[in-house]
Amino acid sequence: MAIWVDENTKVVVQGLTGKEGQFHAARCREYGTKIVAGVTPGKGGQEVDGVPVFDTVEQARKATGCNASLIFVPPLLAADAILEAADAGIELIVCITEGIPAKDEVLVRQALRGTQVRLIGPNCPGIISPGKAKLGIMPAHIHREGSIGVVSRSGTLTYEAVDQLTKLGMGQSTCVGIGGDPVPGTSFVDVLAAFQEDPQTEAVVLIGEIGGTAEEEAAQFVSSRFTKPVVAFIAGQTAPPGRRMGHAGAIIAGGKGTAKEKMEALQAAGIHVVPTPAEIGITMAKVLGRA
Amino acid sequence: MKVHEYQAKEILARFGVAVPRGRVAFTPEEAKAIARELGGRVVVKAQVHAGGRGKAGGVKLASSPEEAAQVAGQILGMKLVSVQTGPEGKLVRKVLVEEALPIARELYLGVVLDRSRGLPVMMVSAFGGMEIEEIAREHPEAILKEHFDPILGLRPFQARKLGFALGLSGNTFKEFVAFAQALARAYNETDASLAEINPLLVTADGRVLALDAKMNFDDNALSRHPEIAAMRDVEEEDPFEVEASKYDLNYIKLDGNIGCMVNGAGLAMATMDIIKHYGGSPANFLDVGGGASQERVENAFRILLSDPNVKAVLINIFGGIVRCDMIAAGVVAAARNLEVRLPIVVRLEGTNVEEGRRILAESGLPLHPAGTMAEAAKKVVELAG
Repeated sequence: MAIWVDENTKVVVQGLTGKEGQFHAARCREYGTKIVAGVTPGKGGQEVDGVPVFDTVEQARKATGCNASLIFVPPLLAADAILEAADAGIELIVCITEGIPAKDEVLVRQALRGTQVRLIGPNCPGIISPGKAKLGIMPAHIHREGSIGVVSRSGTLTYEAVDQLTKLGMGQSTCVGIGGDPVPGTSFVDVLAAFQEDPQTEAVVLIGEIGGTAEEEAAQFVSSRFTKPVVAFIAGQTAPPGRRMGHAGAIIAGGKGTAKEKMEALQAAGIHVVPTPAEIGITMAKVLGRA
Repeated sequence: MKVHEYQAKEILARFGVAVPRGRVAFTPEEAKAIARELGGRVVVKAQVHAGGRGKAGGVKLASSPEEAAQVAGQILGMKLVSVQTGPEGKLVRKVLVEEALPIARELYLGVVLDRSRGLPVMMVSAFGGMEIEEIAREHPEAILKEHFDPILGLRPFQARKLGFALGLSGNTFKEFVAFAQALARAYNETDASLAEINPLLVTADGRVLALDAKMNFDDNALSRHPEIAAMRDVEEEDPFEVEASKYDLNYIKLDGNIGCMVNGAGLAMATMDIIKHYGGSPANFLDVGGGASQERVENAFRILLSDPNVKAVLINIFGGIVRCDMIAAGVVAAARNLEVRLPIVVRLEGTNVEEGRRILAESGLPLHPAGTMAEAAKKVVELAG
């Protein structure tokens, strides 16, 4: 099963002709993902590694039947790319781009409100259902197909967690990077709700960080509606207040959004909160009785 | 990005937000000239990127141009120490000289992004002069909020709701409605991340003006506002951070003795956390980015090592798409070029990790390899002493 992406996902890459787009699209294809089209305005008719490039997402959809988009366009053009994909009827949009202005993200969120479009990111590593499909920039080889769902606001920290799980013999159903920006398209709660319905997912690793209240909302959802075990880590326990820690969304503002508050909320919801990232894998093994 | 109060007021005035008359001065003579031009009583305010200036002696009244020069002389060059500056304080290099106005009421008015709703929100309170966090803690019911769509802006009815809730009437009410809408417009059109008027002044004759103003801007949007980007005052920033920003490195100075170099923001924060967990103290947050090329590693090293507090370094890289052998070669070359003598713990994981570890082992440099994050953290804490 897995969630949101699998063997049937047909992907258009917006920004395929750029350096990043071309490089990562090739890695996704190597993994077996169906990359069926690229879009770069003005470069329609070209090919990149045998993949046809179109001027608009609408043309790409008509010609190839793509149902997902992977976006690598520069930050000031990214909001427009997301809206174009949504307008063309793409149901799943994964935006890798980092550095999009928060106002653009607010406008995108308003435009997508009430639609069926699922936006993952921006500023995220993407999504992978091991053994089925990868739409993103994560290193594929550390993943194994299995039963652990992973959801995270971070990139390399997620790789760290996935690597630990795989080395301990626990594969993953789907790993979703929701991104480090203040207005993400998909929240922890959205992903948890999907994992709850996914029979392949047996337990979940949740990786949060300082800033905002997404972890507190996840805690509330888990205590009321989530029945599978969850292991969580919150990055930024030692971060100074008022400073943006790399990610646009990782900031303790007005004394709110601290790691301590989040860890307490998650613990109160019955989640296994680990103090260091080194303990994510082993704790999951213990929770599942496999240690 | 932060700006000074005088710059925030300049920006706000362009959007029709009412601000007191005044200008910035760099010397007592300039302060005197501005005070003479304004006439009457003036207030002289230290311009630093920190709040709590009044209590720290950075805001003074003057009833003549001569007195304005005198108080400006006291404030300029002082080390302003407030709750927000830390014990080392901030050197005052300029003052804002403004007309002093008769105060009838002080209110709070601010706009921020409400992340969970995904919309900007305007907040008002009758408790002007208090920090909004403090009001939220002690009188949460006294904060009124109106969310608004950036395209629609703050609608007149929303501004009226806030004005009525504050108990305003007559001309003051009208001025408040116009003020609130102008503030929302300024927030929107400048890609601000914060626009805060605290206190918002109601004068004895019923006018509404920004007594103080604070604006922060979204770094991701600065390229579309060159006039605001030009207001950056690097003298207010940490010199290490200014240097790092030249190379697009995410660096934040902390007060510990273990220098950290990590790829990815989440992993970088988690590395600081695990150092603390094992009894050490990080000297910085540093994300070298996904690529971690030799050039980036070298620049990062240089900035890291220029901090005299650093006694040992922890490099924690998860090589995903980037191969560990390339990263190892980059670390070795950078350490050689910079003649690094401090102990360096290197934890590499991911693609081609064996080859990467071999390169580190054969380099002859004071490198200590570590297999896991926990092992790396324990080791570096021990080496930093």
